This record gives sequence, C-alpha cells and structure tokens, in this order.
Amino acid sequence: MFLQQLVNGVALGSVYALIALGYTMVYGIITLINFAHGEIFMVGAFIGLLLVSYFKVNVFVAILGAMIFCMIMGVVIELVAYRALRKSSRLSALISAIGVSIFLSSLALMVFGADAKGFPDTAFPVQQIKVGSADISTLQILIIGVAAVLMMALEFIVQKTKIGKAMRATSEDYNTAALMGINVNRVISFTFALGSALAAAGGVLVGVLFNAVSFNMGLMAGLKAFAAAVLGGIGSIPGAMLGGLLLGVSEVFGVAIGYSSYRDAIAFTILVLVLLVKPTGLLGQKITKKV
Amino acid sequence: MADFLNSMVALVDPYTMQILVNVGIAIVLALGLNVIVGLTGQLSLGHAAFMSIGAFTSAMITIKTGLPFSINLMLTGVVTAIVAAMIGFPILRLTGDYLAICTLGFAEIVKVFFLNFEPTNKALGLTVPTAKTVVPMPIYVWLIVILSVILVTFVQSSRFGRALKAIREDEIAAEAMGINTARYKIQAFALGSFMAGVGGGLYAHFLSYINPSDFGFLKSVDILAMVVLGGLGSVPGTVIGSSVLASAPEFLRFMSQYRMLVYGALLVFLMVFRPNGLLGGVNFTDLLLRAIGRKPAGKGIK
Repeated sequence: MFLQQLVNGVALGSVYALIALGYTMVYGIITLINFAHGEIFMVGAFIGLLLVSYFKVNVFVAILGAMIFCMIMGVVIELVAYRALRKSSRLSALISAIGVSIFLSSLALMVFGADAKGFPDTAFPVQQIKVGSADISTLQILIIGVAAVLMMALEFIVQKTKIGKAMRATSEDYNTAALMGINVNRVISFTFALGSALAAAGGVLVGVLFNAVSFNMGLMAGLKAFAAAVLGGIGSIPGAMLGGLLLGVSEVFGVAIGYSSYRDAIAFTILVLVLLVKPTGLLGQKITKKV
Repeated sequence: MADFLNSMVALVDPYTMQILVNVGIAIVLALGLNVIVGLTGQLSLGHAAFMSIGAFTSAMITIKTGLPFSINLMLTGVVTAIVAAMIGFPILRLTGDYLAICTLGFAEIVKVFFLNFEPTNKALGLTVPTAKTVVPMPIYVWLIVILSVILVTFVQSSRFGRALKAIREDEIAAEAMGINTARYKIQAFALGSFMAGVGGGLYAHFLSYINPSDFGFLKSVDILAMVVLGGLGSVPGTVIGSSVLASAPEFLRFMSQYRMLVYGALLVFLMVFRPNGLLGGVNFTDLLLRAIGRKPAGKGIK
C-alpha cells in the first residue's frame, strides 16, 4: 500500500516538476511569473493527442512533436506579449501573461470543445508489473523515465553547454551579462523554448496517465506547478524538481488517507506552511537586500 | 421614499441596470485591492477569497438573523478584515512573489474550505434571501461605491496613506524613517479586505445565489487586471479600469464564442501599449487646474 502510493506520487510529482522547471527558469532570468505556462502544458497535451489519434504515431514521437510545437509557441509568446514589457512594471507583464493564458484556454475551448478527450487505447500498451505489494503500470515507468531523462538533459544543457553558461550568467545579473557580450534576448528566447518543451512533455504524459485532455487542465496544473517551484525556492532548478516531487507525493498520500475532497488544498497548505518557516523556499537562497 | 427610488430604478431597463450594478460591485472590489497592491505595493492574488468570505458571511447573517442590510454589511466587513489581519500577520513577512503565491494558496484553501463546509451547502452553493433594506439594490450599490471612492481618496492623502506609499516605494527606507512597516501592511491588508468583504456581501445579495467556485483564481485575476489596467494607485484609474473590464464581457457579447478570446488578447494588447495602465502617471489635480485655466504648481521632486 505504502509502496503503491509512493510510486503513484512520484509519477504525479515528476510531471509537476517538469512544469515547475519552466516557471523557475523563466523567473530566474526575467523575474516574471509566466502564468501562460500552464496553458502551454495544455496545448502540449492537445498536440500529443492529435499526433496520436490522427497520425497514429507512438507516444515518444508524440511527446517529441508536442515539445517542438510548444518550443516555437513559447518563443512567439515571449516575443509578442512580454518583450515590449521587459522594462516596465512587473505587474504589467504579469497581467499580459494572464491575458495570454485566457486567450490560449479560450482558443482551445473553441477548437476542441468543452468535453475532455481521451487518448486511444493503442497509444501506449499498459501492463501491470508486480513489485512486492505494489502494482506498477508500465505507464508510470514511462512517466518517471521520460521525466528523469528530460531533467538530466536539462541539467546537462544548463551546466555543461555554452548557452547554459549564458543562462546562468543572465540569471545572476541581467545587465552585467549583457555587458559581457551575451545576447540576452537570445538567452531569454532559449529559456522560454526549454521551459515550454518540458511543459509540453508533461502535458502529453498527464494526458496519457489520466486519459483525459481538456481545455481547462492547464489552470490547476499550472498553479500547483508554480506552487512547487516556489516551494523548492523559485529560480532554483533542483528546487523545482524537489518541490514537484514533494507536492505530488503529499497530494497522493493526502487522497489515500481520505482527504480526497480537499485534494486541491493539500498542495497549497504545504506551500503556505513551508513558506512561513522558510520564507524563500526549501532550496532558495536568502538574498539580503542592500540599500 | 422607497416608491420614488424604485420608480427611478424602473426607468432604466433591467439589462443595463444589471451591467451598472456589476460595474459598481467591481469598483468596490477593485478599490479595496488598490489599497493593497496600488498603494502599499503588496501583490495579492487572493482578493476573491476575501470576497467569498464576505459573501458567505453576509448571506449567513441575512439567513440566520435577518439584521438590517447596513448593519449586516458593516459586520461582514469587520469579520473579513479580522480574518485578513489574522492571515496577514504571518504572511506579510514574505516579500514580492512569495507573498503573491501565498495569497494565491490561501485563496485556493478558502475555496476548498467552502466547497466542503456543511452550513453553506458545500458545492451546491447558497441561495441568498433579498436584502433587508428599503433602498433598491442598484442605488444601494452605487451609494457604497461613492462611499468607497471617498474613503480611499481620503486614505490616500492621509498620514496613513503616505506611510503606505513610502512602503511601496522602498520598504527598507520606510523602515529607516521610523514607519512600522509590519503594522501598516497588516492595516492596509485589513482595509482592502474590508472592502472586498462589503463587495462580496453586495454581490451575494444582488445575485441571490453564491457558489464557492465563483470565487476562484480567475476572479482574483479579474480584479487585479482592473487595478493594473486603470493604473496602480490611482482612484479615478481604478474606477475607469473596473468599468471597462466589468462591462467588456457584455459589450463583447455580440462576438458570442469569441468573447473570452478577444478579452485575453485585449489584456495583452492594452498592457503592451499602455504598460502603466490607462491612467497611470496622469495627474488629475494638474488636469483640473489646467482645465480651469490655472497653471499647475511646480513639478516638485520626482
């Protein structure tokens, strides 16, 4: 029972972590809470669904297709809705992000309709594997596996490549990075592309896991992933992974011990409690403000 | 008297009247949030939670006690302000986006609480009896709007308001000037929530049906968009911003299914072209002085 719930929780948590990474990277670089991120996750799920049902591709190709589509979308959104606002008040950019979010979810409502769509059964053959007392489905292994591979790839890009170095420099100090000859605009576009691709992968995985894709799935998932990013310490990449896993596991356990009608409050209660004790999140660095 | 007021309301067709009342309630809510976000500079993403606390409190007061509506609204406002102060005490220590996410989290918790709260019918929602007042609802709402505008304008130029603006501009400098930032932030939070509670009470009695799901994240965002669109910290701006956004869905109704699509695009468009809001940075005293042909006073220190 415990092992079973733990696996369920880790599977859900790794999806939260995938979405949270996008929030945290964008925040780390331009201190914007990108509220449209949840909707990118939703669009990713729909693209995956379209690829699987109309082009009969397998799940991996669908994930890849959704990632590429959302990469482009993320870059375009940044260009249209955020770039002009980079120098103005952060609240203006926030409202702009909320505008994009409303736009995307109503677009999805118009194009795909209000009812949830399911993946065809042939999308991914599900088998149960018995490990001790737990029934682990191949689907859960897929989710945890894909999430782990993507996170390792991200860690590699951020730590070992040149553009990753530029990203770290930009998040350290935007202006100094620009002075050092880093093309800041390109770094920001790249960050949006990376974050959106991860969210898209998360979208397809959630779509397959719950077998439901709907126009409003982005809102709650986005809010919880944002909570996960803040819980881990916003701006910190390992923090987002830790926060996502923690929220996923605690949500599944909360439901398992009988608080299912409080499901959506569990994540936020943990968040509020952690912030009260550690005001900058679990792995966030405390920055002393100097006058 | 009551007959006279009723006949006045009857002059306007019900559809227009409904839009007017919605705009009025939006103004009360947005002015409250303006005190927290615009004046004090504390980003709150949970204003709808205080509105829902106000709505349910006010509805329960009418159902259980049947007190006159004015007393009911006062009590509702006070209850909401007390809850806000209790919440604000621990979370206002947080700064910037950590505070924003905390208010968001709190709002979600409040929503889930009401969805599971037996006395208010859980997820079924609550049917609210008519308000105990002889003044017709639309006029009542607009009286409150006028009171709120006067209150916030007064607060803005008071000693209290100047302290809040100091906190907004630079918290550390304000603290160094001897302003008790923690106390002022909690008071501003309580004042804004008081108005949210009153707005919620009006909303409940005007619609006569409330459901916890009506007060979700999107409602908070709606109110925040009104404040930012109008221009942070500006009372006339907030009034215009809420009038535009509260009536926009009605004016966009002819586009039926494209309505929310256009609304979202409109938000992005307005922000990109007016990043400081419609009236942000516009000085009304200067405009007024120019209009009556007098030169405004010197520029002052920016």
